[in-house]
Amino acid sequence: MTASGVFVQLLAVLLSVLLAPLFSGWVMQCRAWLSNRSAPPLWQPYARIAKLLRKDAVLATDATALFRAVPYIVFGSMVAAAAIIPSLSTDLPFAQAADVIALVGLFALARVFIALAGMDIGTAFGTLGSRREMLVGFLAEPALLMVVFTSSLITGSTLLPTIAEALQSHQLALHASLAFAAVAFVMVLLAENARIPVDNPTTHLELTMIHEAMVLEYSARHLALIEWASSLKLFNYACIGFALFLPWGMANRADGLLWLLPALPPLLLKLAAAGLGIALIETLSAKLRIFRAPEFLATAFLLAVLGVLVRLMLAH
Amino acid sequence: MPDSMLLPVALGVATAWVLMGLAGFVHPRSVRWVARGIFPLGALGGLVMAAVGLQALFVPAQQLVLPVGLPELPVHLRLDALSGFFLLLLGLASAGISTFAAGYFREGEGTAPGLLGMQYHVFLAAMSLVLLAADAYSFMLAWEVMAMASYFLVISQHRIAEIRSAGYVYLLLAHLGAIALLLCFGVMMQGGAAGLTFAAMRTAHLSPAWASVAFGLAVVGFGAKAGLVPLHVWLPEAHPAAPSPVSALMSGVMLKTAIYGLLRVSLDLLPAPQWWWGVPLLALGLFGALFGVLFAAVQTDMKRLLAYSSIENIGIAFTALGLTLVFRGSGLPLLAALALAALLYHVLNHAFFKSLLFLATGSVLHATHERSLGHLGGLLRRMPWVGWTALIGTLAIAGLPPLNGFIAEWLLLQAFLSTPQIPQAFFNLLIPLGAAVLVLAGALAGYVMVKFYGVIFLGRPREAQLAAAHDPGWLERAGLVWLAAGCILLGVLPGVVLQGIDAVSRLLIGRPLAQAGDWLWLVPVSPQRAAYSPLIVLLVGLLVIGLTTLVTHRLYSGRSRRAAAWDCGAPNLTARMQDTAEGFGQPIRRIFDPFFQTHVELPRPDDAAPRYRVTVDDRFWAQVYTPLAQAVLWVARQAGRIQQGKISVYLLYSFLTLLVLLMVVIR
Repeated sequence: MTASGVFVQLLAVLLSVLLAPLFSGWVMQCRAWLSNRSAPPLWQPYARIAKLLRKDAVLATDATALFRAVPYIVFGSMVAAAAIIPSLSTDLPFAQAADVIALVGLFALARVFIALAGMDIGTAFGTLGSRREMLVGFLAEPALLMVVFTSSLITGSTLLPTIAEALQSHQLALHASLAFAAVAFVMVLLAENARIPVDNPTTHLELTMIHEAMVLEYSARHLALIEWASSLKLFNYACIGFALFLPWGMANRADGLLWLLPALPPLLLKLAAAGLGIALIETLSAKLRIFRAPEFLATAFLLAVLGVLVRLMLAH
Repeated sequence: MPDSMLLPVALGVATAWVLMGLAGFVHPRSVRWVARGIFPLGALGGLVMAAVGLQALFVPAQQLVLPVGLPELPVHLRLDALSGFFLLLLGLASAGISTFAAGYFREGEGTAPGLLGMQYHVFLAAMSLVLLAADAYSFMLAWEVMAMASYFLVISQHRIAEIRSAGYVYLLLAHLGAIALLLCFGVMMQGGAAGLTFAAMRTAHLSPAWASVAFGLAVVGFGAKAGLVPLHVWLPEAHPAAPSPVSALMSGVMLKTAIYGLLRVSLDLLPAPQWWWGVPLLALGLFGALFGVLFAAVQTDMKRLLAYSSIENIGIAFTALGLTLVFRGSGLPLLAALALAALLYHVLNHAFFKSLLFLATGSVLHATHERSLGHLGGLLRRMPWVGWTALIGTLAIAGLPPLNGFIAEWLLLQAFLSTPQIPQAFFNLLIPLGAAVLVLAGALAGYVMVKFYGVIFLGRPREAQLAAAHDPGWLERAGLVWLAAGCILLGVLPGVVLQGIDAVSRLLIGRPLAQAGDWLWLVPVSPQRAAYSPLIVLLVGLLVIGLTTLVTHRLYSGRSRRAAAWDCGAPNLTARMQDTAEGFGQPIRRIFDPFFQTHVELPRPDDAAPRYRVTVDDRFWAQVYTPLAQAVLWVARQAGRIQQGKISVYLLYSFLTLLVLLMVVIR
């Protein structure tokens, strides 16, 4: 661990935390354009978080300490996850302490805590949302693991920076297994981030909600943290996707600090394209009935397993 | 203590446990004497046992021959690293469970406390002797005493018919297993072993075919005790029937003696394993893991839910054992050590979190007299000690970082990722499917545990009487905190635990894990390949959470006020509007429908008194066990035909038998 490593690490985390709402805003803007609505400003999520942070929090009479602790735990797990995922540079000392399996574990930790918080007050919508969130999660989590296993088998490592560097180095070798994994990954990304076709982040109909139903009882600073954590999760997923499937343009461990600057434009470009892609998928597809969601995710899971099989059978 | 004292001390603790049990008869009806007096001493014995086990990991194997037992066959005892590891597990878990039990047992619940205390401590002593025995005879003796003691503990409330029948099923399968084990030891003596001692079996020359037969019998025998699917049917009946500390002991420790036995037989006593031995274990283990977790998801009784979760965990343990054998048989000792480490870590973890959760359900049961999830809820507010310690157990069993359940899962997945190195070409393609089933079961465990914790401890109380529930006394709290602390420590200090596991690995595989890390880091293969440091993850996580809290509270006023729940403005919110345990299980029941045998009773639209009822049954009962029982009855009836009740006929039978035997012998 070097001083520059620590510096890069802090910078990367700070960048992720600060850039995440912008990315969510960008997806929102693209969605508005694509559906011919007038778009909200790009900084709308920041304004919302700032507004929520200023308000007084209202807690249900029955809320326990767990309910109040969960937003901090969820936000903390997402920040810790951001510290593992290479965005600007693969020089991340913290990523040595937690590999991709631990990363998936961190996402699971956040999911379990937020589901428990949804059940804490004992409202009908809250428990409904928790159950559905766990339903989506139990299929999405293994699918994500199988996706990362494909790249682990190719690169012989479960450490995300090492995977990214290894994939970066054999640039033009196209892996068929990675194609399966990429499709599965996009499906998992949509499901895990409460996007259409599994969930709809902008819905106002409680009965169709998944993620929103769980957090209905939150207000003010708690809600702000949860929303910030949600956009950070989307940002993290996007960066996992870049690390696994588009690792180009990232600074390496061997590079100096100055290499961070040329790494920034490719990252922003990739983020812009990813946001547009997500908005496009969301606009073009319809939300699935809740019992169709497991089928959607089972498809993702099977595709990911196929990816692993293709890797092992054809060594591709 | 000096190395030579280890075995005598372990034996002394076992004897002391038996004596403590007998001491209960001084005042058999006095809860004060038995529970408050004897059980804490038993917990102390557990600590001494743990110390012995810990030291035994790092010293050469100790042997002892006791001049008791059959003529020509004294009792052989041996304490090596494998025994030491499981003694450590037994001691640590039982210390917590006994402390809890000291506060748990009350007046007027089933068996008299003195008798219960006797059975409990004999059970502990028998389990420790199973781990120490070094000849087949004393092993089987201890094994049977363990089965009997636990049988009597299970039926301690024998006035209830279901509990009696649960005990009967348990006894039946325990003996089925015991017969398989007897045959297994018999087969192992085929190789010209000079006697029943393990030392003789180690040096015997068993042909590969006979070795495979012995291995198969051992899988049946130990599988029946461990709850390996399809021999699991006793487990969801017996665990809920027993008093909670006993369920904790059975699930947390007794199931592990079966894993110990299988390890002892397959990696120590039998000649070098063949790689394909691992394949049936892998298949059964993975199926059991998925099966157990799916059934856990649809349970409505909290202790049955945990029992099915035990089946899942045993499935994972067998999966790890299968991988160990595959790697060992394929000549990949380093990877075998990795899979073995995952197995032992998982077994140790399970002793902690499953005991913790069973004890927590015991506290809930005492405070509310309810074990159906449909009548619980909101207990975190009323029972904070139980609630928060159970939360730790819940997160641990769900396999979440930075707690202990995650580490075993992590190690096992690392082992799975190494399978391309297996030389068997076709088989290593099937392995990813195994990994997929494993991660699916792991993710479903998260679902199950959210259901378990959320329905019992969160939300609103579903019954009025729950308002009176309160935390248990300090002894029970101490037991819970001990086990919860174990979950955390095992989670954040894997490097330390692995040093102990390496000793077992050296004994069984012949080489330790390629652990390149120190106490802080977990580096099972190489630093380029994978690394994990839960303590750093935990500290960074806490730092981030602390900073976030500080910033949000410093920057803004941080005022908060209480109001009625909003629930989108829906008025008149009642506790019955929450999701029920059935509701939580419903998606799983629908998605994995072929696994279950479901009976749905739906009301007609014009029913005056509509009834909606769903029962989910284990297919193995209807499709395996009931036909089997009928077949046995049929055979018994046929055999009954030759019984005439006349002494002359029986004399004729004896004469004919003698004649046939003579012919056989003379020829």
